[in-house]
Amino acid sequence: MVCLKQVPGTPKVNIDPQTNTLVRQGIKNIVNPFDTYALEEGVRIKERYGGKVTAISMGPPQAEEALREVISTGADEAILLSDSAFAGADTLATSHTLARAINKLKQYDIIICGRQTTDGDTGQVGPELAEMLGIPFVAYVSKIEEIDNGYMRVKRMVEDGHEVIETPLPTVITVVKEINVPRLPSLRGLARARSAVIPIWTAQELGADKNMVGLSGSATRVIRVFFPQRVHHGEILQGDLEGQANSLIDKLREAKIISGS
Amino acid sequence: MGIQIDLDKCVGCGECLSSCPFGLLEIIAEKVYLREGCTLCGACQEACDYQAILIEAAAEAPAASDSYRGVWVFAEQRNGKLKSVAYELLSRGRQLADTLGTELCVICFGHGINEAQQLIAYGADKVYLMDAPALSSNQDDLYTKGLVELIEKYKPEIVIAGATSLGRSFIPRVAAILKTGLTADCTGLEIDPETGLLLQTRPTFGGNIMATIICQTKRPQMSTVRPRVFKKGTPDGRRKGQVIRVDFNKQRITSRTKLLSFIDDITEAVKLEDANIIVSGGRGVGKAENFQLLEELAGVMGAALGSSRPPVDDGWVSYSHQVGQTGKTVCPKLYIACGISGAVQHLAGMQTSEAIVAINDDPNAPIFDVATYGIVGDLFKVVPMIIKKLKND
Amino acid sequence: MEYFLNEQQKTLKSLARRIAEERILPVRAELDEREEFPWGIMKDLAEADIFRIFIPEEYEGLGGGCFELCLAVEELSRVCSGVAVSYAASALGSFPLLEYGTEEQKQKYLPDIASGKRLAAFALTEPTAGSDASAIKTTAERVKGGYVINGTKQFITNGGEAEIYTVIALTDKARGARGASAFLVEKDTPGFSFGKKEKKMGIRASSTRELVFRNCLVPEENLIGKEGMGFIVTLKLLDRSRPGIGAQAVGLAQGALEAAVDYARKRIQFGHPIISLPVVQNMLADMAINVEASRALTYAVARTIDSGAKNFTEEAAMAKVFASDIAMKVTTDAVQIFGGVGYMRDYPIEKMMRDAKITQIYEGSNEVLRSTIAFELRKRKARRE
Repeated sequence: MVCLKQVPGTPKVNIDPQTNTLVRQGIKNIVNPFDTYALEEGVRIKERYGGKVTAISMGPPQAEEALREVISTGADEAILLSDSAFAGADTLATSHTLARAINKLKQYDIIICGRQTTDGDTGQVGPELAEMLGIPFVAYVSKIEEIDNGYMRVKRMVEDGHEVIETPLPTVITVVKEINVPRLPSLRGLARARSAVIPIWTAQELGADKNMVGLSGSATRVIRVFFPQRVHHGEILQGDLEGQANSLIDKLREAKIISGS
Repeated sequence: MGIQIDLDKCVGCGECLSSCPFGLLEIIAEKVYLREGCTLCGACQEACDYQAILIEAAAEAPAASDSYRGVWVFAEQRNGKLKSVAYELLSRGRQLADTLGTELCVICFGHGINEAQQLIAYGADKVYLMDAPALSSNQDDLYTKGLVELIEKYKPEIVIAGATSLGRSFIPRVAAILKTGLTADCTGLEIDPETGLLLQTRPTFGGNIMATIICQTKRPQMSTVRPRVFKKGTPDGRRKGQVIRVDFNKQRITSRTKLLSFIDDITEAVKLEDANIIVSGGRGVGKAENFQLLEELAGVMGAALGSSRPPVDDGWVSYSHQVGQTGKTVCPKLYIACGISGAVQHLAGMQTSEAIVAINDDPNAPIFDVATYGIVGDLFKVVPMIIKKLKND
Repeated sequence: MEYFLNEQQKTLKSLARRIAEERILPVRAELDEREEFPWGIMKDLAEADIFRIFIPEEYEGLGGGCFELCLAVEELSRVCSGVAVSYAASALGSFPLLEYGTEEQKQKYLPDIASGKRLAAFALTEPTAGSDASAIKTTAERVKGGYVINGTKQFITNGGEAEIYTVIALTDKARGARGASAFLVEKDTPGFSFGKKEKKMGIRASSTRELVFRNCLVPEENLIGKEGMGFIVTLKLLDRSRPGIGAQAVGLAQGALEAAVDYARKRIQFGHPIISLPVVQNMLADMAINVEASRALTYAVARTIDSGAKNFTEEAAMAKVFASDIAMKVTTDAVQIFGGVGYMRDYPIEKMMRDAKITQIYEGSNEVLRSTIAFELRKRKARRE
């Protein structure tokens, strides 16, 4: 099962220098890039071991495009969780909603998420989802080594190296981009995506308590949004390049930033 | 509860359109309409001069339980030695605790840890220490259950931890079990003078937008913070505090996952996070072999080698050198960026460096906006000149 | 111009373009520089089902026609002609099977070609037989259980990389052109080896090699069609594939045109972008007119073929001749617009000019094709008298 999110297309959002606000014309929505690695890994597991890949996303109606896109790259089926009650959700509420949907599907062995989204960047849904389902969790998986006999052995990235972890199934993992290179869609996949029926599950269908989803179900909320101020107080050196190089070192030494003669 | 646009008051001036961080507002027939996806952040309400946008506050939530007191810092360790981020958070935690007039406790899991006194010197009032061989490697399950038990027992109002690969993987699980709010990767923590709530500021959209978040009613309020965001304070050996040893009961706390082995991949001589000087390369370096020039400069300066994301993606250097949003956050005394354009995602990882030098042949590269000193020129000419000057002097 | 593609054609075109821009564009200069066969891209094309489009559904294909193939080739060629021709040559190599193969032969070979698992190639040309194809000397001697092939084929696209080769050889020397037959020879058949890889002016990513047959025994079930049908197979195949070369030329010219327009807008001389100069505008306008005309002709011929036309030798030749001549002119003019930097290998435009030349030469040189067209004209006129 692969959980994915549709995010705005360019994380590099332009800021109009005069008004200090976002310029957002014509930015297409895309599948969160890290989630494409999750989907690809799911498809690879299916190719190696058999099984079925289901993609799930919680989002507004246009998130359906993202789900069709992942059907064209190998997902067998997709489900959209969409309801105005889900809006404004923080990661706790999002995980709760996803967990209800996954429990409704009953059969699952491996749940794969991308390591974080490019808009929220929190990386929290994966681990929180695991707790709500009551199953183990491994983060930052960079390679799935083997799946056998109800267990999965993975390699995961930490700051100073890699760990090899064995986890019983079912389990939730988040993956990093080092894990694979996502494939392009195939013509047959695109045809399947066009004609696929993607059910939309609302809060009612999930039997979700309105106080556990969306803004009501969120423990945190955003109270302020602002644009980071960049104060420029640097110096662009002038003159011929060699002079600049020498001057740079002199200045750094003078400011005691580097040691010197 | 929610957001409403009063179309009678709306004059269709469009001021709110550019204020929405998600671009959800649009003008149709001279009135403003809102698309799906609103997070009720209120930016548009602030931007509107005609009070046409109304965001109803959430129904009066029950007051947060006053029985939650205290600021906790989770101190991460590797092989019995505490990581620097633990001390950085401890210093900030001390300031938060002082503002709230409450105690600061440090939670430490591991094996063979003997820095408890040092933690007190750096500001802890209490150190809860759970020391057992099973805890020597960072097993998520054990840490999760252990921390949840302690929180349920002692009820802190604030818990902060490092946003390291460990922190980002087990702290969310703790938050989910406790059904409380967690804000990841905070770059700022303040106490709201009116409400006493923790104001958690973090970057979103790759750092293009900053958001301030609160956890109004659920407790504890939890945050993870990136290493090198806060500065380590100075220890005071005279400080007094309590070290409380917590029993690790094997029956109660078990792990479903098993750590089979640890592969030490790090090969660089000077560790990136600890380096005082970092020489870093970006797409402008051109190809893998060219990094040797930067390595030479790093060698002459006793610096570590860093990289922005593109060279790592293209395989010119390994991921352990990557600085930025999805790499490491560094805060050296001197950061020399060669052939790095200065995309927001990279700046997020190094802009708090004390001094930044940028070398790039594009005078419009955003890196120059944050550089203390900038040289507009071909790095393949400039870097050898710098090396020559350093060697000759 | 809007060509009113249907849903599947639009999907195919946009997927081919995506592969071209995401996977081919970053490596085309290196593939050209190193003369390296684009195996990685062949794999991407296979995964995306692009090889399936020219194979019927019964053999695990998607059942597309000449037009679909042209759409794919054009998009790939717009970014790199060398990669495009490697793909197109596999289609060419499979045509004899598609048209004249037995059910067993089709079941045995077409699925692998459709999945991109194995590439195909067509082998006709020899040192003594280029335009004069009937002058081939390679023989296929009937023996018990099969045929023994002896001879050398020259300048075979995908030679050495493909695993399935359709080879034209003489089974009956005395009957001249009517004595040729078509065979299917698999790589690694004993007696079948490859000569050196040619060093070419352009389409350097494509592998061009000699095929050397020394007492190469092929089983009798590898005969395609009947003995003596060799040239019928060849002519039918070439008619069907010529629009594909047209498409290759159209794509190439399109890529060059876009690059030239882009450059002309950015290059400032005498205080203005050079696109503001009438002389450059005229060049670009003529380039655009000709690219569109060659596209329209190629598409029309492809659609005619797919609609079931019985004879299209003349039209197919026209598409190929026109589009390839245009590609040569457009790429040359594009280099001219780029000026000095256009001559430098750091820029992608000189490669396009080098790539264009071959389209006027292979699959029937334009001279031979003009003579074919003239012949058809004479034939028609003669019939009316």
